[in-house]
Amino acid sequence: MRDRPRLFVTYSSEMSLLPTWTQKTAALIFLAVLALVPFGVIPGLGFLSDNDWMKILSRVAIFAIGALGLHILSGLAGQVSLGHAFFVAVGAYTAAVLGGETGTSHWGLGLPIWIWLPAAGAVAAAIGALIAPTAVRVRGIYLAIVTLGLVFIGEWIFRSLPSLTGGAQAGRKFPGFEIRLWKEEVPLLDPTADGSWFGVEMTGEAKTYLLLLVLVVLAVVVAKNLQRTRVGRAFMSIRDRDIAAEVMGVADARYKLMAFALSSAFAGVSGAVLGAFVGRLVPEGFSLILSVEFVAILLIGGIGTVTGTLLGAAFVVILPRLVQDFTGLLASTAETGSGIPASIAGVFVSTSNGDFGIVSTLPGTSPGLNIAQFNLLLYGLLLIGFLIFEPLGLYGIWIRIRNYWKSWPFTY
Amino acid sequence: MIFGILTFAQAGGQDAVEKFANATSSGIALGAIYALLALGLVLIYKATQVLNFAHGAIAALGAFFAAYLATVINFPGRYVTFAPTTVQWILSALVAVVITAAVGLLLERLAIRPMIGEPLFSVVMITIALDIVIRTITNDLIGANPRPLGDPWGADVIDLGPAVIAKSEVATVIVTIICLVGIALFFRSRYGIAMRATAFDQEAAMAQGISAGRIFAMAWAIGAGLAAIAGIFSSLFPRSSVGVGTTTAFFAFRALPAIVIGGLDSITGAVLGGFIVGLAESYAGTYLAGPSWSFLGLGFSGVMPYIVMLIVLLVRPYGLFGTEEIRRV
Repeated sequence: MRDRPRLFVTYSSEMSLLPTWTQKTAALIFLAVLALVPFGVIPGLGFLSDNDWMKILSRVAIFAIGALGLHILSGLAGQVSLGHAFFVAVGAYTAAVLGGETGTSHWGLGLPIWIWLPAAGAVAAAIGALIAPTAVRVRGIYLAIVTLGLVFIGEWIFRSLPSLTGGAQAGRKFPGFEIRLWKEEVPLLDPTADGSWFGVEMTGEAKTYLLLLVLVVLAVVVAKNLQRTRVGRAFMSIRDRDIAAEVMGVADARYKLMAFALSSAFAGVSGAVLGAFVGRLVPEGFSLILSVEFVAILLIGGIGTVTGTLLGAAFVVILPRLVQDFTGLLASTAETGSGIPASIAGVFVSTSNGDFGIVSTLPGTSPGLNIAQFNLLLYGLLLIGFLIFEPLGLYGIWIRIRNYWKSWPFTY
Repeated sequence: MIFGILTFAQAGGQDAVEKFANATSSGIALGAIYALLALGLVLIYKATQVLNFAHGAIAALGAFFAAYLATVINFPGRYVTFAPTTVQWILSALVAVVITAAVGLLLERLAIRPMIGEPLFSVVMITIALDIVIRTITNDLIGANPRPLGDPWGADVIDLGPAVIAKSEVATVIVTIICLVGIALFFRSRYGIAMRATAFDQEAAMAQGISAGRIFAMAWAIGAGLAAIAGIFSSLFPRSSVGVGTTTAFFAFRALPAIVIGGLDSITGAVLGGFIVGLAESYAGTYLAGPSWSFLGLGFSGVMPYIVMLIVLLVRPYGLFGTEEIRRV
């Protein structure tokens, strides 16, 4: 320990983004690791540089941006929302109209990314501000149902506007990540094509990941910085006790409206990059399940903290992949392995019809869930487990580890 | 409702009378199912302060149990072969309701009891997670194809002159009335009074020797049983021609506007809200359909409950019969 890191002598040093020396170093190392991941130079993390994992990490980044939006609304301002998917959809379709190809069946202006990406956030924020006056009137569980209604009404609107969304079950193409000055043929930078970038050979997936990483870092800085501004403190006072906040002069309705708008802006940007990343989306994709996924990120990560939100995003997005790998491992052990491991795996996996097992690897076999169902089941069970046993989420686990080592070797 | 009456007045004539009568009767039958779902939701909410988002999944599970008992293993039926088939089916359905109520008990004990006193968001989320888990298991049990329930009414209808009503719709309304009367009687019984006392003031009730945990369990069991009944009737002929399938669970999400319209903590409100939502959906499906309304797109009647809910909430933020929360600093 160089000096006394918890001793703050000025207010500004106490309120700085990363108040201690340790936090500064940790953040820097973490950022450096994330930036170096696509080059496969970090020992032990080399496998992350293949295209499959690059895609998963890009997805983590996209969900982290959206989840940071929900963090502002639910974590800071304390407003329960199940309607995040609606704002994600608004952002995605704003990007599609502004940046999409001009066609006979869809609206599309073909504008470059530096227009459609900020516009997606701005339009989503505007819609959020438009809806907020209704949402501000209701509280608690009523708000949860109203925002749930928003998702259903939104899904119906998007299904009924084929020129905007491509129609039910058909979907439309979204603009890509190509960076253009205006509508020229050859883009200035193409983060989706393989090739050399500033003299370094990189795959398109790695380039997309780096681009998204920049966006996430921006989003994190904005969300983290918000907590130490007047607006952020107002949000937190409303969350902790809204009447007391009002008595102290915090304009309840105005700040809730701001929270809705800000959160929607993040959701909109996340939707726009999600569209660009996936390429083609159907309006049914923006359903309650997407909202639930964002809420799950917040609750699993640890509600009310930026670090927790990032951890949660990584956990929720990577989990299905891990489950898939795990089931694959079980299946191969059950089929080709021998001895005790094979018999244990055989209990869980059914490889042929009539064989007992929780998961079946063959399509249409019975009994047994298929892998997608097993993913869902595990996801639900994990959520329940986290909520019951670790209400503070992954961040809570970290806090416990930290506190243990703080006073080590003493127990208190 | 308002839309319906307006269009009715414009059109006039015999056809319009029939159209209106059919829309109303099917709206009432639909409303009865929503009322059953809403009743269970409000019962659970009043007793435990938990809004059960897993209600639809529980309803689908109940309908699956009924389908399995009635068509696959013919459970009580094979021991009472002397009884008419209608009675055999009703017995199967009753057993399914009892099993679902037991599942409700189990859920309450395993997942809800540890969450008492946790923040609202966590409690909402745990019921959504329960919904995911139960829905996945139910879908796997149902299998690839929907399962018919083997009910004795099939697609039979009764022609009442202006309106044609399915026999199962009549059964739905009768069963709903029986359930409503049953709940009303239950609230006058010893346990019902204990439940009302717990809902009113938990600590005072416990001081009187009422076991709050037992009340919670009872509320979940009754709620799950009511959900099973609603699930069974929502899988019968006019609602679904194929029986209980993977989409049955989503039906219950439209009962959420019903309880918000009525007010979350009002039993009367829940029943009334259920019928309002059912009628609104039915009228929207009848009158806002056809070429001149094609701009509304597909499935407008499905979002009608939510639109009615938003209108009601704009006027009354605590629903029609809900008690306004008194907030202290």
